[in-house]
Amino acid sequence: MLHHLPLIPHVSFLPPEASSMAPRVDLLLWFTIGISVFFTALIFILLFVFAIKYRRRSPDELPEKQIEGNLPLELTWTLIPLLIVIVLFVWGAKVFVSDRRPPANAVHVYVVAKQWMWKIQHAEGPREIDALHIPVDEPIECILTSQDVIHDFSVPAFRAKMDVLPDRYTTLWFKATRVGFYHFYCDQYCGTFHSKMRGYVDVMTREGYEAWLSGQERHSLSMAGEGAKLYQQYGCITCHGTGKGPPWVGLYDSKVHLMGGQTVIADDNYIRESILQPSAQIVAGYKPIMPTFQGQISENQILDIIAYIKSLATTPNAQGATAAAKGAAAPTTKGNGTGKGE
Amino acid sequence: MASAGEAALQSPAETYRVHYLNAKYGIKSWLLTTDHKRIAWLYFFSTTFFFIVGGVAAAMMRLNLIEPQGFLVEPDTYNKLFTIHGTVMIFFFLAPAVPTVLGNFLIPMMIGARDVAFPKLNLLSWYIFMTAGTCFLYTIIAGGVNTGWTFYTPLSTSYVNTHVFSAAMAVFISGFSSILTGLNFIVTIHKMRAPGMTWSRLPLFIWALYATSFIFVLAMPVIAITMVLVMLERVFHVGIFDPALGGDPVLFQHLFWFFGHPEVYILILPSMGVMSELITAFSRRRIFGYGFVAASSFGIAIISFLVWGHHMFVSGESVYAGIFFSAMSMLVAIPSAIKVFNWTATLYKGSVSFEAPMLYAIGFIGLFTIGGLTGVFLATIGLDVFLHDTYFVVAHFHFIMVGGAIMGYMGGLHFWWPKMTGKMYPDYWARLAAFITFVGFNLTFGPQFILGFEGMPRRYAIYPARFQLLNIMSSAGASILAVGYLMPMIYLAWSIKYGPDAGPNPWKAKGLEWETESPPPVHNFESTPVVTEEAYAYGTEPARAVAVSS
Repeated sequence: MLHHLPLIPHVSFLPPEASSMAPRVDLLLWFTIGISVFFTALIFILLFVFAIKYRRRSPDELPEKQIEGNLPLELTWTLIPLLIVIVLFVWGAKVFVSDRRPPANAVHVYVVAKQWMWKIQHAEGPREIDALHIPVDEPIECILTSQDVIHDFSVPAFRAKMDVLPDRYTTLWFKATRVGFYHFYCDQYCGTFHSKMRGYVDVMTREGYEAWLSGQERHSLSMAGEGAKLYQQYGCITCHGTGKGPPWVGLYDSKVHLMGGQTVIADDNYIRESILQPSAQIVAGYKPIMPTFQGQISENQILDIIAYIKSLATTPNAQGATAAAKGAAAPTTKGNGTGKGE
Repeated sequence: MASAGEAALQSPAETYRVHYLNAKYGIKSWLLTTDHKRIAWLYFFSTTFFFIVGGVAAAMMRLNLIEPQGFLVEPDTYNKLFTIHGTVMIFFFLAPAVPTVLGNFLIPMMIGARDVAFPKLNLLSWYIFMTAGTCFLYTIIAGGVNTGWTFYTPLSTSYVNTHVFSAAMAVFISGFSSILTGLNFIVTIHKMRAPGMTWSRLPLFIWALYATSFIFVLAMPVIAITMVLVMLERVFHVGIFDPALGGDPVLFQHLFWFFGHPEVYILILPSMGVMSELITAFSRRRIFGYGFVAASSFGIAIISFLVWGHHMFVSGESVYAGIFFSAMSMLVAIPSAIKVFNWTATLYKGSVSFEAPMLYAIGFIGLFTIGGLTGVFLATIGLDVFLHDTYFVVAHFHFIMVGGAIMGYMGGLHFWWPKMTGKMYPDYWARLAAFITFVGFNLTFGPQFILGFEGMPRRYAIYPARFQLLNIMSSAGASILAVGYLMPMIYLAWSIKYGPDAGPNPWKAKGLEWETESPPPVHNFESTPVVTEEAYAYGTEPARAVAVSS
């Protein structure tokens, strides 16, 4: 336990820096702490010195002369703080923006939050609850969604955090740089057992990760494989396989022309909306005949279908996912394959 | 009158004088009063009551957190406690406290008026406030509510099965009280100033409340309508916020924080106004940079409406929105810094004394400085991603709300108590209480910054064991803080019966309120005052000292 006592001087009071982002956040953090300590000390010292030096010596004492103000001083303490907050703003925005986009080769992990647990799916197939196993030094992109209320996926050691919303996908990516266990928490109050909604990230070496993968029960297919099965099972094939509906091959990340003349990128959010609210965005040249699957399909199943569509992509961005889905694309009868979500 | 005879018996030296407290007796003379000074007392007792309710909830939370698995209550109860604590403290104590107690009492007196512009409306505000408060008390007694004071959707609209409706109704109703108070103050300050009380001679407390009143009038309607939408969605499932019904859950956050961030300045601005009065009175100086301090209140009020998105950096708002709100939030630091520097500079070459109100004032400047600077961390978007929704945020806003707003209120209360009651409290005990409050406060909320750095999320009923030491420190601090708040309740109450008479101006302070008797006559001034000098014109003539009577 001593290891965790924050007041032991040699222990840092920040979590370990376990991601590529963490050192950059910490540098900015220490700079800001420095600025704050300086100004706090300045004000405290001024208060202390003035209070002692100009203390009242007799009850009826009045200051010798009154000062109304001093414009150069006012400008000084307006402009210097302004300059400092501009530096902090630019630096902070840079840290925030520069690493917004995940590298093209980021491996996707799907995180579905519900009251009060985290369901995590790997493209290769394994599913976990309240735990996330990832290889070290490889970019991981989490695609987050919630089945009920708003949650928040936060990994302090990675200095990473993102809200998990019930009606869309949000994403969070990181590259772990240190092997070890790191806590993750739900940071957005989500009801009764909000404080129990936490788990750990297990950052492993590549070999360790492979070993973990192979040790996982492989009764389940890869996500794309599950998606391929759902493609048959929900009857998607009757339109999307026959030309009555837009084809799925090459769809992912492509530009889709809509009936109104706009174009959208067929990303995760687009596909999810098309499944749940098909009439919201109709692809040009097709009839609005698709029924909604709202309430009939779980968030996990939607993710499986997205993974399947991704595996059929032709754009380079989704190649990683394609590779992961190979070998699962062929229909199979192993396992019953349904109801994985709930 | 029997009571008049009693009063005469108690202080035979003093000739009997009619003032606002003894002009009429009986419960009706209080509940139906339109005297702004008596309405201030109505608010004083009701907000103090709510402060105790919110404080008990906080005490139970801190007690629960001494053990990682919860010392006292189940998670659901804990969740209700922080909801009650937040809602009561924000809507039923902090927002009304300084404006409706000190503001109600002092605005007419400081500008040389007989009353506020709409005395009956003023009383109506209190009744609306009490209706809202009763509605929230019903919520607590009926079983509580566990949404957090933020009422985030779709949790509040579709998932929890506690008393969200009555809680939202309470917040909805309380909004009207604040709107009417704000309106009343704006009109009063515009139309009721005594001859010679020009805008540039207004005390800075008035400027601060003037800015606050505008926020009341502009922000409260937003929370009111948002609460209506929450209630509609809960009862009729209209589908504004719940995605399952076709709504957008993040829309709620935009509406809530469009009100919520200006609300934060409703809480702190009035105390900043108190600060300017205390610092000048206890250093017998003009405020350094009057124009800058007055204008900075408006700077804060205006910018406050443009920063709501900094509560939503990780809510899925766009990168560009995040950057915009980060930039705007940074700007709030400037008027805040201007105030702190000007207050500090006011001490320079002053005649500084350290009665209890001044100790609160100096404590305020120190703690507000820390609270403001830690706000800069959260405005820095790259840091907020790390610190958002952790205990760092909890510590930050308690430094502003408790270290700032409540310290300011306590300082103001001690400063004007002799004026309100005509009695002096024991300064030794008051200084001791100020010191205990300061120590207890820092021990309570200082460790929470570190908890936040370590990653402990807020609103956690149970937590990993490695956070325990800092939580115990925080809870220990809270018990000291509680002593710091209980002591004034005792010696202030004591002073009403046993305190020595204060006289009109015990601090030898400037300002119209000190030129009339304590307690003031029913109509504040024997004759309409004529103002001939700037605010805080110390040294232009000997302070109009009236010695404390034997």
